[in-house]
Amino acid sequence: MTGSQTKVDFSKIDEIITQCGGKKSNLIAILQKVQEVYRYLPEDAMIYIGTKMEGLSPATVFGVATFYAQFSLDPKGKYEIRCCDGTACHVRGSMPVLNAIRARLDLKDGKFTTDDGLFSLETVSCLGACGLAPVVMINDKVYPQMTSDAIKVVLDTILQEENK
Amino acid sequence: MELNIDIQKEQQRAQDEIKAQGFRVLVCGGTGCVANGSLKVMEKFRELGANVEKLTSHDKMTVIPTGCHGFCEQGVLVILPEYHTTYVKVKVEDVEEIFNSHILGGEPVERLLYTDPATKQHVKKNDDINFYAKQTRTALENCGKINAESLDEAIAVHGYEALANILKENNPDAVIQEILDSGLKGRGGAGFPTGLKWKFTAANRGGKSYVVCNGDEGDPGAFMDRSVMEGDPHKLLEGMAIAAFAIGADEGYIYVRAEYPLAIKRLRKAIADAEERHYLGKNIFGTEFSFELHIKEGAGAFVCGEESALIASIEGERGMPRPKPPFPANKGLFQRPTLINNVETLANVPVIMRKGAKWFASMGTETAKGTKTFALTGEVNNTGLIEVPMGTTLREIIFDIGGGIRNGKKFKAVQIGGPSGGCLTEEHLDLPMDYDSLAKAGAMVGSGGLVVMAEDTCMVEVARFFMNFTKNESCGKCVPCREGTKNMLKILEKIVRGKGELSDLEVLEDLANTVKDGSLCGLGKTAPNPVLSTLKYFKDEYIAHIVDKKCPAGVCTALKTIKIEEDKCRGCTKCARTCPVGAISGTVKQPHHIDQAKCIKCEACLSNCPFKAIVKE
Amino acid sequence: MSEDKKTLFIEGKEVEFTDEPNLLEVIRKAGMNVPTFCYRPDLTQFGACRMCVVEVEYPNGRVMVNSSCTMPPEAGIKVKINSQRVRKIRKTVLELLLTNHDRECTTCDKSGQCELQQYSEEYGVRKLKYPTLTKEEMMEIDDKNPSLVRDPNKCILCGACVRACSEFQGHSVLGFANRGSRTVVQPMNGRLLAEVDCVFCGQCQAVCPTGALTIKSDVDKVWDEINNKEKKVVVQIAPSVRVAIGEMFGLKPGENTIGKIYAALRRIGFDLVFDTNFSADLTITEEATEFVDRLTNKGLLPMFTSCCPAWVRYMETQHPDMLGHLSSCKSPEGMMSSVLKDLLPKHNEEYTEDNTVVVSIMPCTAKKYEAKRSQLRRNGKFDTDYVLTTKEFGRMIKEAGIDFENLEPEQADSPFGGYTGAGTIFGASGGVAEAAARTAYYYVTGENIPETDIKGMRGVDKNSRSKTVELDIKGTHVVVRVVSTLKEAEKAIQEIKNGTANFQLLEVMACPGGCINGGGQPFSCNDITIKEQRAEGLYKEDRELPVRLSHENPDIIRFYKEEYEKPGSHKSHEYLHTTYADMRKGSYKDLK
Repeated sequence: MTGSQTKVDFSKIDEIITQCGGKKSNLIAILQKVQEVYRYLPEDAMIYIGTKMEGLSPATVFGVATFYAQFSLDPKGKYEIRCCDGTACHVRGSMPVLNAIRARLDLKDGKFTTDDGLFSLETVSCLGACGLAPVVMINDKVYPQMTSDAIKVVLDTILQEENK
Repeated sequence: MELNIDIQKEQQRAQDEIKAQGFRVLVCGGTGCVANGSLKVMEKFRELGANVEKLTSHDKMTVIPTGCHGFCEQGVLVILPEYHTTYVKVKVEDVEEIFNSHILGGEPVERLLYTDPATKQHVKKNDDINFYAKQTRTALENCGKINAESLDEAIAVHGYEALANILKENNPDAVIQEILDSGLKGRGGAGFPTGLKWKFTAANRGGKSYVVCNGDEGDPGAFMDRSVMEGDPHKLLEGMAIAAFAIGADEGYIYVRAEYPLAIKRLRKAIADAEERHYLGKNIFGTEFSFELHIKEGAGAFVCGEESALIASIEGERGMPRPKPPFPANKGLFQRPTLINNVETLANVPVIMRKGAKWFASMGTETAKGTKTFALTGEVNNTGLIEVPMGTTLREIIFDIGGGIRNGKKFKAVQIGGPSGGCLTEEHLDLPMDYDSLAKAGAMVGSGGLVVMAEDTCMVEVARFFMNFTKNESCGKCVPCREGTKNMLKILEKIVRGKGELSDLEVLEDLANTVKDGSLCGLGKTAPNPVLSTLKYFKDEYIAHIVDKKCPAGVCTALKTIKIEEDKCRGCTKCARTCPVGAISGTVKQPHHIDQAKCIKCEACLSNCPFKAIVKE
Repeated sequence: MSEDKKTLFIEGKEVEFTDEPNLLEVIRKAGMNVPTFCYRPDLTQFGACRMCVVEVEYPNGRVMVNSSCTMPPEAGIKVKINSQRVRKIRKTVLELLLTNHDRECTTCDKSGQCELQQYSEEYGVRKLKYPTLTKEEMMEIDDKNPSLVRDPNKCILCGACVRACSEFQGHSVLGFANRGSRTVVQPMNGRLLAEVDCVFCGQCQAVCPTGALTIKSDVDKVWDEINNKEKKVVVQIAPSVRVAIGEMFGLKPGENTIGKIYAALRRIGFDLVFDTNFSADLTITEEATEFVDRLTNKGLLPMFTSCCPAWVRYMETQHPDMLGHLSSCKSPEGMMSSVLKDLLPKHNEEYTEDNTVVVSIMPCTAKKYEAKRSQLRRNGKFDTDYVLTTKEFGRMIKEAGIDFENLEPEQADSPFGGYTGAGTIFGASGGVAEAAARTAYYYVTGENIPETDIKGMRGVDKNSRSKTVELDIKGTHVVVRVVSTLKEAEKAIQEIKNGTANFQLLEVMACPGGCINGGGQPFSCNDITIKEQRAEGLYKEDRELPVRLSHENPDIIRFYKEEYEKPGSHKSHEYLHTTYADMRKGSYKDLK
């Protein structure tokens, strides 16, 4: 994990722990809430949770955080793009859509967040909207039956909004 | 037991309230239709319907947001139950026309009706749409027909009626017997008899135990559980409460994947509503039976669909499967006896308890009773969610309900049961869909994902795609799965890149069989299925990749060549201008040619050539 | 037929079983074997390596393949442990593991002891079918601490270390990260062991089947010192080494080889040979004095023993607010080094402050870390120059070509060689408290304890990791808590914090069962009886020694008379006691 780390407000983490019930079994929910706040899991937050909560250690928290695809150790974009590459979407051409997003946002191999922090891109295995394949989800909004041209229009619209 | 709520009376009240809604307009509010703009469609209907009493004989019009109908590709779906009419692909601009012409004028809007892909005719009545006509719905019976966010609507269609009767009779063993008699088997994948699972867990009655609902629908291409949770959440809650009563549990969890925010939202509301009215929570129906229900959000790990991994995940750990025995029925969540059933299984329970085991067992085949949902996707005309009696053939599903292959292509294969399933071919089209016959053919019912593939699908690439999926989703705990999937993927990648050798096939098959035999959990044990079934039914494609260095379907980039046929090329230069890498050269009005060293096989030229002079091999 | 007599069949042979925790133990008890990597009898079953798979036929005819380490034995089942089907799985597992493994076996610290190497040889793995690990894919090795080396390229992800760290120490410094083929075992976010709160107990290394976790060797440096004509190299040897090192030379666990050890040390070239048992007696006189003082003068209680460096580091990083509970006594090893560096130059003109080198042979990896502590230096020089573990010492004996088994026993050098039974039992969990209680009794009453053996403090198996013993010292009621593993220690600390602790003395050894099962001892994690045999070796020596009370050790009595006056004297405090520091800096706990 390189790059700048957000300063973590530990009282905020305490609040989240209390709110979720400080039990070890609520760790995933706690991490989800922390990620909502910071748009990723800062290392200091994971260490803090690991030392603070009974039955956990920083290494175990890190182990949980890196097991689940939802968690990110790097800041995600303001717009989280999830491009579905499940079977249904794959068969109906999700790869060209994914490549079009990469090209439009200049995200080359390995990079998944744009330099301005506006977009982050990940592929997911299934969004459960297979009837609309191929599907792209941006934050909570589902974009159905995408093509490489259609997704460019979607991204351009967002960019225009942002540049206003 | 004494009940202090009269469910019959409640039902009557709820039905009366629905009658009072007047003319009902059902607009699908499932994930798919919302994506297509159904919220705006609802808004427009509401706006127009505000003064309906002045315009028609209806004194009132109510717009109902429903759960998923399953016919997602045709969304936004609008249903006028009174006229038995379904409108498809409705846009907000169409609403006024439907309102004026049909609701006010009684004249259906032809152009918005469903068009049968075979006959090219508009279908006026719901029940005549093949997609619906051939289905028998149990788990999905209310999906798309009621307001998913209203407890009263659920009660009006018999919600919590079975639970009330069971509590009155107060005989948990009789409930288990009824489920046993129904022949219901787990709908999540393994197909274990549900009644037996209940019986094993109930054997540990007395201490703390749990009911867990597996809503971690991870199979790509399956979304029936999402539809139930979004479209009829109370049915699931009732099923869980019945299970809890039967096995003696007082606490339960629904584990829902985080990719389903709408399902989570609706379930939360449903639980809160039901608790408030004492259909759930403490002292249900005023009896001493209590059942407290929590929602656990997953965080993106396919393996958590495996029950012991799911337990680990609920406990806040890495979702790594645990060895069995001990089975969850004896030692599950927090080391307590635990019953784990998937969403669809539990959604069947209230219906079975209400209509009886005999009714349920009368559907299906000798070994597989009842109905099963399938998510029909891929290269088929009517993609969507369907529910049919067990034993329905693939042909009926793909060609009758699914309306055949898209764009007139030829059917090639169907992938069943997600990444753990297998690929079946033309010869299996008349196979009855049940656990045994699919297992014999090297596939599985799984959760019920059916991905239809047409002639232009490369089966080697399909095997590579699934192996890539399982490799990424392997938890990494046991050696055969962790290292085996990685090495199988390496071999498949080598083959699709045209670097394969014939001996690779032997190594691949050998490794696939060992991973199947030696892995710790179901994910590893089934991960080789796509490889094994494609090796079995499409070996010629593998050989073509290896020996001829050709991809018969023209999919594998490394193995295809894009060529300009000189006799057809008129030298219009359009292709040269389209090519993103400058691989095409030639003079005007002279045949052009492609520099194979530069060509990235994007096929941009191919689709742009006005003379069809460019071909791929 | 009696009801609890149950049988099953292994390869056609009828085998009885009773309360074995799993099928694997039944197989092993019957004198047969299946290979394992992830199974360790003292840890929870994991079922990950799939090496112990067997084919089981149930009475109803169902046949299944499953891991024998996770299956409960059932009456009437027929078990095939070497069918073609299961051998195929095992061989494939080996091939797959080797494919993803740094196979530089000859230069690996674990070579010859590696279970992956052993089974690959047994299963005749000669050719790998899959593309193997490349130099570019290799990950960085962590050797940036005094005790342990972590080489992720040798890791087979069996998770034994992760479980040891969590189940023994409750500490989980090591954990799994990522998933699928990207899974690794590592400290938090791939940090160095030195950058996290690792206590260097080495239990992770003790259960590692391969060379992924090994001891950082100081053997070459010690050879260099021995061969340096300018240096005088003296050595001390810890109690539990004597009952374990024989295992490396074909002797039985628990066999006391101390005479051979002295002889071997002289053959290797050490100038003087001392026994840490002597300073264990010294520790007891100091520690018992301190304890009686705290007890009678209302000092801070409970008092914690301080012999175990892993435990001391745990306190300094996790509970720095409670350091006052720790006895100020150095460990026996620390006392010996300090005394040697102080007194050798005074009494022997060949020895100077500059040319004296102290080497300690210990069952312990944390001792390597302890030797580097700033509190254990004088005039900028380390009290202990090198720590070798039992395993490293055994390798030196082999390297020197010594026929260990047939060595004529010798004696240690005086004056720091004579010891009592109380000193020798330091090597087992409960031994320190027992030795201290014997002497404390004398200090309080002026009489010797009527029953020298305090059996309630003994026991090194899984179920004896926490023992509470009440002592009646002629009316003075003392409760002693004896724990091994830091997980049990933490429970005792929590009792103190929440006010429920009823004990006045807490003995802690971080390794399960104590030093006899230390991280530096010969590989023994597959046989839980070995640590019991080693402990018994120590208790046997205790029984057989003429003097069994530290305060009666003639060398100790002479030592105080001639050198340090009396236990707890000013001189004692200068050389035999130490201080502790708040180590939160750099620790996770420093975060706030």
